[in-house]
Amino acid sequence: MTAIDHQAALARAGANVTGWWSRTLFFARRYPLGAVGAVIVFLFIFTAVFADVIAPVDPTATNAKYSLAPPSSMFWLGADFMGRDMYSRIIHGARISLAVGAGAMGLGGILGISIGLASGYLGGWIDLALQRLMDIMQALPLLVLAIIMAASLGPSLRNTVIAIAIPLVPSVARVVRSSTLSLREQPFVEAARAVGMGELRVAVRHVLPNTLAPLIVLATAQLGSAILVEASLSFLGLGVPEPHPSWGRMLSESAAEYVRTAPWLVIWPGVAISLTVFGTNLLGDALRDLLDPRQRS
Amino acid sequence: MGAYLVRRLFLMAVTLVGMSILIFVLLRLVPGNIADILVDATGNDDPQEKARIVHDLGIDRPLVEQYWQWINGLAHGDLGYAFVSERPAIEEIAPRIPISSKLAGLAIFFAVLLGVPLGVVSAVRQNSGLDYGLRVLSLSGLSLPAFWLGLLVLMASVQWFGTIPIYDADAHGFFTQVKMLALPAIVVGFRSSALIMRLTRSSMLEVLRQDYVRTARSKGASNASVNYDHALRNALLPVVTVIGIEAAFLVGGLIVTETVFNIPGVARFLVEAIRWRDYPIVQNLTMLIAVVVVTMNFLVDMAYMVLDPRIKFGG
Repeated sequence: MTAIDHQAALARAGANVTGWWSRTLFFARRYPLGAVGAVIVFLFIFTAVFADVIAPVDPTATNAKYSLAPPSSMFWLGADFMGRDMYSRIIHGARISLAVGAGAMGLGGILGISIGLASGYLGGWIDLALQRLMDIMQALPLLVLAIIMAASLGPSLRNTVIAIAIPLVPSVARVVRSSTLSLREQPFVEAARAVGMGELRVAVRHVLPNTLAPLIVLATAQLGSAILVEASLSFLGLGVPEPHPSWGRMLSESAAEYVRTAPWLVIWPGVAISLTVFGTNLLGDALRDLLDPRQRS
Repeated sequence: MGAYLVRRLFLMAVTLVGMSILIFVLLRLVPGNIADILVDATGNDDPQEKARIVHDLGIDRPLVEQYWQWINGLAHGDLGYAFVSERPAIEEIAPRIPISSKLAGLAIFFAVLLGVPLGVVSAVRQNSGLDYGLRVLSLSGLSLPAFWLGLLVLMASVQWFGTIPIYDADAHGFFTQVKMLALPAIVVGFRSSALIMRLTRSSMLEVLRQDYVRTARSKGASNASVNYDHALRNALLPVVTVIGIEAAFLVGGLIVTETVFNIPGVARFLVEAIRWRDYPIVQNLTMLIAVVVVTMNFLVDMAYMVLDPRIKFGG
């Protein structure tokens, strides 16, 4: 496998690939659904970064007078049990989701890449031991392992990130390992070794960059599932603790009571989670089509 | 073939032993044990009382000894005693298994019923408006959190029927139970149906490009005969495997759905036991889930070999 030359691939497909703008336009025209996904993901990140500016009031400010107030000009999406503004809470919830999602994806990615590279590049008993460890971790569904990890570590923002990151490790490690196994035998790796490069440098500088295409695809998919798992953990009361405005927490078990009395408390956090994950899924599908021609549908 | 089977079974055993150690150690990392929680709940923080509880439950003994006691018990069919109810763990777990299995079975049934035909239609009409619509629908299935979908269903039933579906442990008869579990099962199965649909679509598309499909068409076979007789039968192979694996991985969806619909199954019980630090229940339930997952993976591989004679392992 060699690196995919995107410029050439785009040019062959008849795209005018002179600048950044025309390349973006080409992507949007070729993958309209992917472009929609990219816009959603961009809005999500934008909201998370500028939450302080966008949200009209402090998401943690309580006011007993407005407990369960329905949507109005004052509370666009209503107020929760403690009289907190739902609109502001949902805006700030994007920050929690992004922090946990990106954090878990990043940490899981780094661990997975290290394990995958070590496993594929070194081989032997190290490979055998690491693969068995990955087998063990994959014998439990993502959410089950995350629940047990979250309970073991105790509820906090940092621990939630770790609890979600660890279950994500095996799939990254598997992808990196299998690319590494085939790359290890390529002439350019041999050449790098022949000119006297150290093993670690060959692995990081020459092997790793060539595994990036499938990794980007996997990372986008994992961002979506990390956000979903965070929501589920917080829903069960095992994730991000109060007073952080987590979307999943807003829907926690007590939400079943609001189904009758205050449906706006149930609808909007769920819309936020679903829309965000939907955006990452749309973008991920388009990226897979673009970067991984073997899986093209 | 024989050597492959032996190797597979050996690896399964290694995975399960590793899992038991992992779970055992993870649970002992948990800050606070059941004694702390009980003492907190009753407001009685007599250190002697606490020490007595800890000693009675045996959680002050060395970890290796506790682990050996658990595994040795498992080997003899003894799962220990639940900390909370003080009843044998097996009596707590066993009655809950059929509830979750029925829900899971029904969920997979709905998922296949919806996923396979829609996937086929989507592939046969590739790039049509219908195809786009179905692809967006299946992606949304992967994006909706199951617990939110459950809450929406509750909301809709309040709106339309004025009441929410209530689980009744005394419901007997096949159809009564199906009726009772249908809504939660659809909620659990929606995600799997989306996965099955996507896989059916891509697998169908791949098969439809094969030479033998073109040959069949050129011989004048009807569209329906080519799509369903020639293509679908070959496209279903990967779908069968994903159905098997999904069946084992449904637990995640079951946990939140049983919580939303108040169904007393094993999945919800796991979360309750984790909250109470009820080690014997959590350990045994987690092992049960791991055994189901590992066994399903094994069965799926075996099914693959039976269904596709071209595949030979370790030959």
